[in-house]
Amino acid sequence: MLTHCAAALSSARLTGADDWLFHRHRFPVGGGAMAGKVKWVTDIEKSVLINNFEKRDWIQVSENEDWNFYWMSIQTIRNVFSVDTGYRLSDDQMVNHFPNHYELTRKDLMIKNIKRYRKELEKESSPLAEKDDNGKYIYLDFVPVTFMLPADYNLFVEEFRKNPSSTWIMKPCGKAQGKGIFLINKLSQIKKWSRDSRTSTFMAASSGKEAYVISLYIDNPLLIGGKKFDLRLYVLVTTYRPLKCYMYKLGFCRFCTVKYTPSTSELDNMFVHLTNVAIQKHGDDYNHVHGGKWTVSNLRLYLESTRGKEVTGRLFDQIHWIVVQSLKAVAPVMNNDKHCFECYGYDIIIDDKLKPWLIEVNASPSLTSSTANDRILKYNLINDTLNIVTPNGEIPDCRWNRSPPREALGNYQVLYDEEQAQSENAERDLRSRSGQSLGSKGTKGSAGVRVSAATWK
Amino acid sequence: MNEGNDLSLTIAHIVQRLKGSHLHSQIERQAKECLHQPEIKLESLKEDVRSFLKTSGWERKLQNAVYRELHVQLPLSHPIAPPEHLKEPLAYMRKAQASWEKRVLKSLNSMSSELGVPLARMRPAAEQKEITNKWNEMGTDEPDLSRFRPVYAPKDFLEVLISLQNPNYDSSEAVSSRSHWGLIHSPLNVRDIPQLRRSFSELNLTTGQLGIDDHAHIHPDLFESDYVQIGKKVVEDQDSAAAQQYSRRGCPTGLRADLWALILNSTNQPQDVMHYEQLKAGVIQHDLLVDKLIYKDVKLTASNDDYYFVFEDFLYQVLLCFSRDTAVLEHFKYNSATPPKAYVQGKVDDEECAVVYPPNGVIPFHGFSMYVAPLCYLYNEPSKLYSVFREMYIRFFFRLHSISSSPSGIVSLCLQFERLIQTHLPQLFYHLRQIGAQPLRIAFKWMVRAFSGYLSTDQLLLLWDRILGYDSLEIVAVLAAAVFAFRAENLMEVTSLASAEAVLADLSTLKVIPLIQIFLFATAI
Repeated sequence: MLTHCAAALSSARLTGADDWLFHRHRFPVGGGAMAGKVKWVTDIEKSVLINNFEKRDWIQVSENEDWNFYWMSIQTIRNVFSVDTGYRLSDDQMVNHFPNHYELTRKDLMIKNIKRYRKELEKESSPLAEKDDNGKYIYLDFVPVTFMLPADYNLFVEEFRKNPSSTWIMKPCGKAQGKGIFLINKLSQIKKWSRDSRTSTFMAASSGKEAYVISLYIDNPLLIGGKKFDLRLYVLVTTYRPLKCYMYKLGFCRFCTVKYTPSTSELDNMFVHLTNVAIQKHGDDYNHVHGGKWTVSNLRLYLESTRGKEVTGRLFDQIHWIVVQSLKAVAPVMNNDKHCFECYGYDIIIDDKLKPWLIEVNASPSLTSSTANDRILKYNLINDTLNIVTPNGEIPDCRWNRSPPREALGNYQVLYDEEQAQSENAERDLRSRSGQSLGSKGTKGSAGVRVSAATWK
Repeated sequence: MNEGNDLSLTIAHIVQRLKGSHLHSQIERQAKECLHQPEIKLESLKEDVRSFLKTSGWERKLQNAVYRELHVQLPLSHPIAPPEHLKEPLAYMRKAQASWEKRVLKSLNSMSSELGVPLARMRPAAEQKEITNKWNEMGTDEPDLSRFRPVYAPKDFLEVLISLQNPNYDSSEAVSSRSHWGLIHSPLNVRDIPQLRRSFSELNLTTGQLGIDDHAHIHPDLFESDYVQIGKKVVEDQDSAAAQQYSRRGCPTGLRADLWALILNSTNQPQDVMHYEQLKAGVIQHDLLVDKLIYKDVKLTASNDDYYFVFEDFLYQVLLCFSRDTAVLEHFKYNSATPPKAYVQGKVDDEECAVVYPPNGVIPFHGFSMYVAPLCYLYNEPSKLYSVFREMYIRFFFRLHSISSSPSGIVSLCLQFERLIQTHLPQLFYHLRQIGAQPLRIAFKWMVRAFSGYLSTDQLLLLWDRILGYDSLEIVAVLAAAVFAFRAENLMEVTSLASAEAVLADLSTLKVIPLIQIFLFATAI
């Protein structure tokens, strides 16, 4: 299409205008011919994946052959790392999931890990675990109050009684795309549900397979143009210990097609409450040109224009903060297998006080393209991901240094680099011991956010 | 007539205009009330009241009001000139505009009779209640609009501009390098690059600007933080003139909403909110045929737009109210257009039974809602959004679809665009002309909408900063030419109008300020 991007004026001032195109062409196609070509497999037949592999001149093989790079579904990863199949990955093999990614991507486990992380920090008397006068964490209160069902039923009832007018959202732990979700605002509804589910095949409470989480529903979401939305952000993790993660700049907002009314009479209208495209697509007003998706840069422009630059900056800092904290919370339990990387889809809701809430994390964010822009976005997402995890498109080596040069990042920004943060902390300690003041008591900023901010500039 | 006389005429005119205003009565009341204050002395009454008005900020408000008057409407320089000269001094332009209006109105009337939809009707009570309830979500309603079509699209209007001929101008001379290769034949005076450089001097390559990523001399962060500080001071001082000057180098995102409102003197007083509520009541009471056109236009444009779909409901809330706002009629004193008239049934041609239709005198065309859409990024309160839009319309946007000789009028913009390309990219112009791809046929739609819907929103706002800052739409024509310059190499390779259009189909990645800067200040002349 637009090969004319470098046209006419070669002035340096104009670079950036057609940046993503430049990026595409700059890629050294099939680099490392000497080292042989990457053999790839996927069990997800998506054009954005296949086009990216083919562009690199990689060779498609079947899963039974020797492969170097396998982009797989979460069902497959379970088999690859299961004890029974006993598959051993060799040094030149790479997969797109961590073996126990569900510690982060299953709703109940994520909550469990975050709760544990908070307690540990509290035990260490970390300043991060500071609480306010109401007993709420100041820096770690970023997931809505959540309980497991049926395990925490009594705790939930206790909490519900404190605030009987609240609305809660029930989600099955292991399902995605808005399946099986419903809202309740009366205890009787949940009693009925537990009666029904016990007798049906719907749930085997003891096995925990169809366990639910129940979360306080964010009933004061930020509305734009009167509509509710959530944020979908992409985060790449290349190692958990030390933690190294990247934020994709081109996230988007997903809008509900129906006007938001917090009234309970609408509780059954899922179009109002859920922003998952999979659900919204069935709404009458679904638009196939934009698919109800608005770029994060639009959101930023709108918020800076209507609320000011400072508060907007603070909101985005907080979003980055909660992503890093969620990853730190699971890092100790994650099997940091060196053959793995993972690209997560983070779902975040912003409330009307501009506080972001982490709703859930997806291990296989949809690679289906609902619109033309969506296709470009997802193609680039995969492209930029591959540029980082398979440097120069060469055969992977699991001992790679995981420090891509800045030019290879594409639309990714370094979000947190534990190694770098530690070395900077050490340096700072040295300085403060030598009598230089820190100048900031910023517990909140901590190394993470500040380091990353510096890295992005 | 000498300058002194001119000035006193202007002053008299402005005094006249402000006399009946709300501001006038407010200042009067303040002046009366301040008499009770101890610092007002009888012996120095006049000076004391004056200094009170100054320190209490009323003088600044008056200054801003005067400044606004100077921008929207000036009296004719010659006292005996007929009022239509204020609308448009050239007779052939007035005539062309009148016959265009006739066509538009005829098309509207025939739509009304063909579809059996009256121009206006009172809504029954039940319907009034319904629309009141869904005021905030009119977008969810899907009435059948398939029978309605926009009254006209920009390309219909372009044909009219192409056919404009000045009867006093002999254009029969043989084709030469001096003759005009473009589509516009009206002999108007448009500025060349040296003149443009003088009038847009703040955009030169060495002045710090918002909208470019690198600066020749200063570190961008350093420039920006200084510049934002100045901007905050401008907002604090509430001075329209200073805000306008500031806007020439771009408004910081966080201050833009305030700065634009200040430049336009759109203060959103309680009476403005009330005015908006009255217009809303008008929408609820009456259903107009133009409502369907507005609805259709929003559905065809903004609702499908990646940047603006979110604001669909706001657009209805603004545009439906706009169509009922008779305060808009005032701008027809200086707009070459004349509001269309409709007649009460059965009394056609009886002037006494004539009413302006729609009440604001503006018939929306395909793309009209894009004048409002970018403003939704700045104002999230409908009444505020409304008053800023209305002011933008009566100062700028009306010129983009009226036939006039104004330097900001669409005819001048078209001519300026063609002249710039012919003078500075003659090979490109010649090539495109040869393959039947007249540049204006591609650029016209951009200019009619002042680029709204073609650029990414951040870039569009940077462009509109300059429109406000220079109080002129000329920059739109400059940008259109600069886009052709930027894509010249690719355009030289195309062999048809369709492929030329394809090369220029996506402008959303362009950075407008560098393009304008380079075209104006780095083009060899």
